[in-house]
Amino acid sequence: MQNIGDVMTMQQVMFYIFSGLALFAGSMVIVSKNPVRAVLFLVLTFISMSGLWMLLEAEFLAITLVLVYVGAVMVLFLFVVMMLDIELASVREGFSRYLPVGISVSVLVVVALVSAVGPKEFGLEKVPAPAPYPVDFSNVKALGELLYTQYLYPFEIAAILLLVAIIAAISLTFRGRRESKAPNPSQQVQVRKADRIRLVKMKPEKTGEERESGSII
Amino acid sequence: MNDMVEMIMTLLIIIAKSIAILVPLLLAVAYLTYAERKVIGFMQSRIGPNRVGPFGLFQPFADGLKLIFKEIIVPSKSNRYLFIIAPVLAMGPAIAVWAVIPFDEGLVLANINVGLLYVLMMTSLGIYGIIIAGWASNSKYAFLGALRSAAQIVSYEIAMGFALVGVLMAAQSMNLTEIVQKQNGGFWHWYWLPLLPLFLVYWISAVAETNRAPFDVAEGESEIVAGFHVEYAGIAFAIFFLAEYANMILVSTIAALLFLGGWLSPFQGMPILESAFTWVPGIVWLLLKISFFLFLLLWIRATFPRFRYDQIMRLGWKVFIPITLIWIVVLGIAIQAKIEPWFG
Repeated sequence: MQNIGDVMTMQQVMFYIFSGLALFAGSMVIVSKNPVRAVLFLVLTFISMSGLWMLLEAEFLAITLVLVYVGAVMVLFLFVVMMLDIELASVREGFSRYLPVGISVSVLVVVALVSAVGPKEFGLEKVPAPAPYPVDFSNVKALGELLYTQYLYPFEIAAILLLVAIIAAISLTFRGRRESKAPNPSQQVQVRKADRIRLVKMKPEKTGEERESGSII
Repeated sequence: MNDMVEMIMTLLIIIAKSIAILVPLLLAVAYLTYAERKVIGFMQSRIGPNRVGPFGLFQPFADGLKLIFKEIIVPSKSNRYLFIIAPVLAMGPAIAVWAVIPFDEGLVLANINVGLLYVLMMTSLGIYGIIIAGWASNSKYAFLGALRSAAQIVSYEIAMGFALVGVLMAAQSMNLTEIVQKQNGGFWHWYWLPLLPLFLVYWISAVAETNRAPFDVAEGESEIVAGFHVEYAGIAFAIFFLAEYANMILVSTIAALLFLGGWLSPFQGMPILESAFTWVPGIVWLLLKISFFLFLLLWIRATFPRFRYDQIMRLGWKVFIPITLIWIVVLGIAIQAKIEPWFG
C-alpha cells in the first residue's frame, strides 16, 4: 500500500491541475471574442469543477454536474449561440469608454469578496480536512436519505417551483392550437392498401401501328 | 522511492488493462463495419464485400489503410482548431465509457459506485463532437446536421435517463456489477420482463442516441449530403465513423448488462441445461447478448425508412417520456409490494 504522504501529493497535484484549468477556462469565457468558443470554455470550466468535486468524494454531484450542465444545458446554449450572427465590430465598440467603469466595479467586487470570504476564513485550523470515507460508502444513498427526510419540504418546494416555471414558460410561448397541415401519424399508420389503390382490369389495346400492320412484332 | 515504484507499477497495470479493453474493442469496431455490410447485403439479396481476403474478411483493414493515406482537407473558411478537435471529442467519450463496463464478475477496469451515471454522462458528452464538427465546418449542410443531431440527442437523452432510473430503482444500485448480480436466477429473473416498457424505450432511444437509421437525420444523405461530417475527409472522417460504431457496441453492451443479465447464463434454474452449460465462461454469454443487440441494430437499419424530423420529436417527447414516467410509478409500487422474483 502507498503511505498517506504519497496519496496526499497525488491529490494535491490533481487539485492544482483541475483548479488551474478551471481558472484558465473561466477567464477565457469572458476574454474570448467568439461566443461559441466562450461556451466551449464554459464547458471546460464545468468539467474541471466536476473534477474538483470528485476530489471531495462527492462523486454523485460531480457526475450530475457534467450530466445536467454539460450534457444538456450547455448543448442547448451552444445550439442558440451557434445560430446567432454577432457582429464583432459592434461588440468591441466603446471598449475604452466603459473600461474605467468596468475596472472600478470589478475592483469593488473583489474587495467585497475578499472581505467576506478572504484568506482568514480558510486553512486547516478553520476547516479541518474531512476524514476519507470507506470504499463502500455510497454517496448517493447518503444524499437521498438527507433529501427525503431532513430536507423533504425544501426539496419538494424546489420541485414545485421548477414545475411552475415550466408551466409559465409554456403558457407564455403557447399561442393556442394552430390549424396545422401536418399529417396525423395515427391516421397514416392505419392506412390500408384499399384506401389508396384501386386495381382495375383492362383488356390489352393495340397501338395504331400494330393495327395498321395487323400483327404484333 | 519504493512508493514511487509502486505508483508507476499501478499506472502500468492500469494502462495494460486499458489496452486489453481497447484492442478488442477496435477490432470489434472494424469487424462490425464488415458485419454490417455483409448482413445488410444478405438482407437485400446482395453478397457484400467479398474481394479482399477470404469472404472479404480483410475489407475493414483495406478501408482503414485507404482512409489513413487520404489527404485531410481543412476548409479554408472553417474554424481550424475546432474542426480538428471535433473528431477527438466524438471518439474520446465513446472510448472512455469502457472503463466502467464489467465483462464478467470482477473483470472491470474501474468498479465505481456511480457506474450507471458515469455511462450516461459520457454518452451525453459525445454529442459535442457532432455539434462542433457541424459548426466548425462552416457549411450549411454540416450545420443543419449538427442542429438536428443536437435537438434529437437532447430529446432522447431524457427518455433514456428515465429508463435507466427504472433500472437503478429495481437494482437499488448504480454499480453495474451489482445491477447484473441482482438479476441472478435465470432468464425470467432478468430485468427485461419487469421493466419491459423501459427496455423498449431504452433500446429505441439508444438507436436515436447513436444516430443510426431510422434516426439518422443528422447524416441524412438524401437531404443534407452527409450531415455534420460532410467536410471531413480521410482519417478525420474515419474517426467519426469509428466513434459511431464504438457507440453502437456500447449501447448494445449496456442493454445486455442492464436488461438481459450481463454475463449470467440464460439457462440458470433450468434442470438439465443449467449443468450442461456451466463450463461456458460468463464473458461468452455477454458477448452473445451484445452480438444479438448489434444484429438487431443492423436489422433495424435494413428494415425501416428514415423518420421525418417532426415524427422523431413527437415520438421522443409525447410518447416515450410519458411512458417512462408512468412506468417509474408502477415500478415503485411493485418494489414496495415486493413482487417476486425480482423485488423480493
